[in-house]
Amino acid sequence: MLAEFVGILLILALALLIAAAFLVLHRMLSPKREFAEKLEPFECGESQIVSPHRRFSVKFYLVAMLFVLFDVEAMFFYPWGALFRDLGGYGLAVMAVFSVPLVLGLLYEWKKGALEW
Amino acid sequence: MLEIVLKMLFIVLVILGGMLPLITWVERKQSAVMQDRIGANRADLMGVTVLGLLHPVADVLKLFSKEDVVPTGANRTLHLLAPVVAIVPAIVTLAVIPFGGSYTFGGATLNLVVADVDWGIVFVFAVGGIATYGAVMAGWASNNNWSLLGSMRAAAQMVSYEVTMGFSIVGLFMIYETLQLPAMAAWQDDSFRLLGFIEYLLDIPLPAFLGWIRLPLWGVFLQPLGFVLFLVCIMAENKRPPFDAPEGESELVAGYHLEYSGMRFGLFYTAEFLEVPVIGCILTTLFFGGWSIPFLPQETIVGFIGAGFGEGFATGVCLVLHVLSFLMKVALMIWLQMALRWTLPRFRYDQVMDLCWKIILPLSIANVFVTGAIILWIETVMA
Repeated sequence: MLAEFVGILLILALALLIAAAFLVLHRMLSPKREFAEKLEPFECGESQIVSPHRRFSVKFYLVAMLFVLFDVEAMFFYPWGALFRDLGGYGLAVMAVFSVPLVLGLLYEWKKGALEW
Repeated sequence: MLEIVLKMLFIVLVILGGMLPLITWVERKQSAVMQDRIGANRADLMGVTVLGLLHPVADVLKLFSKEDVVPTGANRTLHLLAPVVAIVPAIVTLAVIPFGGSYTFGGATLNLVVADVDWGIVFVFAVGGIATYGAVMAGWASNNNWSLLGSMRAAAQMVSYEVTMGFSIVGLFMIYETLQLPAMAAWQDDSFRLLGFIEYLLDIPLPAFLGWIRLPLWGVFLQPLGFVLFLVCIMAENKRPPFDAPEGESELVAGYHLEYSGMRFGLFYTAEFLEVPVIGCILTTLFFGGWSIPFLPQETIVGFIGAGFGEGFATGVCLVLHVLSFLMKVALMIWLQMALRWTLPRFRYDQVMDLCWKIILPLSIANVFVTGAIILWIETVMA
């Protein structure tokens, strides 16, 4: 079992090495001629008048919360799916009961307009 | 240990070193063919253009020689880390992809996957989720309004489609009874009689020639709806057109990588293009039989060639054929993604989110229960 983790760690190290090599090589090959106007954040030719670090729409927070709920629910489906044929009709019935709050929650969000963009 | 290193180098070299530069060329050439243009053919080495195949080389040289600009007020650490976080997950996903089956030479077994883990598909999703951080960090660190808007869109789109992506393939696990990618590929190395169930239900023997119609036992034939839903989700997860609202040139200039130049931008670009063959690998393994060759199961090949040349040689031939079959299927999946990318115009952002939460999510949950009911029904009929 540990041998499998060795493979994953090795490929992670290789991936980091590739990314680092690209960045280091770029640093060595690229020119460096900086001045204040060039370094300004791009704003279609204007100077920046509002800071980007401000409040943004609450919809994004709602989607993030929905994601946490539904992704955890999805994870419960995985082992159940792999064992489904052993569980049989009982398993299907239990998962149907488990899904009722999930589907009701989705319908509630839908009705409340949390899914409108 | 040596075996793991060799397998890792093979898959990384083929996908990152071979397919990736080719895909940047295919992207240009296929768009040219589809739009009745000539396409990329200008890059030349002493007058030799070889069909524009030198363009990937020219790209890399250009990206390396561009100035590395970090805007004022940017968070320099996050700005540097974001492209790394974007590209590393794409490479790491390759660890669990089986690019060949399991072969026995004498007493030793060779399993052509870098890490044969029980939770392979969960690993794919877990690592894929990390790519979201790359987009968010890039937008936040850039100190630019367009970038931040782009990264918020990217985050919301990617987490939404991650949910539906998870639900859309539960039906496959119910059929394969495993979460292990090599086991899934091996399960599909078979075929079934297309009209067998009609014969069974009507209880009359059909004409013999109809019995000859067989299909490979692939996920795409057993879970057609699951395949369509999963394809849409995984393409949206990659943020390429038609799902590129986070980049949306006409609204957000370039989205979250607006303030990136040179190879830092190059890493984002590489990550996006690298996802295309990685998605091809995942689709092939889940839905198109992985390394299997249609209608020629491993035992048949080994038995046929082994009768004349010995079993060791036959297994070796089988290994080479399987790896070639896998790469050809991946190439087909890349062609499919490219064709979709150049056929469909970009969706509006509200359409993207509606498609995810209001269409794909209910359909994929329904798919799980319909699949479950059908499996139970078949099992009672067969029993």
